[in-house]
Amino acid sequence: MPTNQTPPASARESVADAVYAAVEEAAGECYVRALKELPPDVKAALRGARDSETDPTGRVLLDIMAENIAVAERDSNLVCQDTGTVVFWLEVGEDCALNLAKVTAAVSAGIARATLEHSLRPNAVHPVTRQNTHTNTGRHLPVMHYEFVTGSAEIPGDALKLHCLPKGSGSENMSFLKMLIPADGVQGVKRFILECVVEAGPKPCPPTVVGVGLGGTSDLCTALAKKAVLRPLGSHSDDPVIAALEDELFAAANELGIGPMGLGGSNTVLGVHIEHADTHITQNPVAVNLQCWAARRSSALVTPDGHVTYGF
Amino acid sequence: MTDELRLRFPLTDPDALRSLRAGQRLRIDGQVIGIRDATQIAMFDRGQKPTMSLTGAALIHTAPNVRKLADGRYEKICIGTTTSARMNRFTRGLLAQYGARAIIGKGGLLADSLPVLREFGGVYLAICGGAAALETTQIEAIEDVEFEELLPECLWKFRVREFGPLIVAMDAHGNSLYETVRDEARRKLEELSARF
Repeated sequence: MPTNQTPPASARESVADAVYAAVEEAAGECYVRALKELPPDVKAALRGARDSETDPTGRVLLDIMAENIAVAERDSNLVCQDTGTVVFWLEVGEDCALNLAKVTAAVSAGIARATLEHSLRPNAVHPVTRQNTHTNTGRHLPVMHYEFVTGSAEIPGDALKLHCLPKGSGSENMSFLKMLIPADGVQGVKRFILECVVEAGPKPCPPTVVGVGLGGTSDLCTALAKKAVLRPLGSHSDDPVIAALEDELFAAANELGIGPMGLGGSNTVLGVHIEHADTHITQNPVAVNLQCWAARRSSALVTPDGHVTYGF
Repeated sequence: MTDELRLRFPLTDPDALRSLRAGQRLRIDGQVIGIRDATQIAMFDRGQKPTMSLTGAALIHTAPNVRKLADGRYEKICIGTTTSARMNRFTRGLLAQYGARAIIGKGGLLADSLPVLREFGGVYLAICGGAAALETTQIEAIEDVEFEELLPECLWKFRVREFGPLIVAMDAHGNSLYETVRDEARRKLEELSARF
């Protein structure tokens, strides 16, 4: 066949199928990797917390966390038994030609397969009957967020990057939304975020990553709080006003004394990440999504030739 | 560690835990019984009585990752501990009806469980949440299972060795580390708010 000729439809179909098979494989692999090995920024933040912790019980607990991370890597076991609700945040390059309905189906298939192959605990149930699907997938699960990126230095225009966040229920149950009003001011925002940390107390397995969504509408605000959790520790908002607020709240939260596992101490949070959106003149929504110390996440960059590069 | 106590479960003396005080650390040998939301809803709301004895038991709030073997037994994969507060309303039933004495979990029971712990000589033992890989190495075997239809929220009998360290977070004398920490955090929040 002359090389300059368009391949027949059946050949195009098989090339495309290979990409979706790669997405399926990548989604399952991402899930298992996230469950077994914590990102380097999280491990470094926990070491820093151990070095600075003032409470003796807090130090014992931070030592257990470090030992647990090492045992999980040694035994290739899960860091935490809660395999979570699976959340994906997908960054789609501006020239990416993949069919997102097929990508969604492939991601779901990958999670179901990984769940069965690795005997991962199944958590997905019907909200009324509590019937378990036994696959960690189901109606609207995994949760899929899509974001379309342009001019990214990291993601080639025709590629797709999957970010996998297995969200444990202990921390996800500590999720909050408040529709603040302009008269509440930035003081109201600060107070609400700290109130959430106090209210959550020991339940989300502190020291936590505090994911904050600020502005937008109620739905966008809560999604931004989840996106904030995905950011590596040590990162800041690209908006200097928001970055300063992150630093101020990080210091304030660690003055609360809640400490590791809520038993007291000087390390209550590992970071405060704020993702913001512009909002309505009458509104100022704030959402808080807490992430436990076992802040699991992983990523996979998939190019159209089906090549996958894994990361955190 | 030298400042850790060692206890064996099930207890032979139902009053053995009255001497423990909030803040002490300990490790457990013997048996620990896994229990979860759905297990307790079955036991207390639907009146399903397990045959497994919970007298003098240490219970742990868990729903493990397991693999079922050809002979029907279960093999551990990853076993860790969940948030206890969701199961707070079952505390009295577990201690009064079933004779359990220690509840192991994370995040604590609510303050209204303190009088129940006092009445029956019970304690709440905090484990490091999320440290499941390590916890799994301290569980030697899954010896029995009931309510299999609730998988993974069954009643599990684990054999453990040097299980811990656990921290006495709520004792039989009305002390709760969680209450102390929360009261201080609320006070600090007001102080911080005044600075904003």
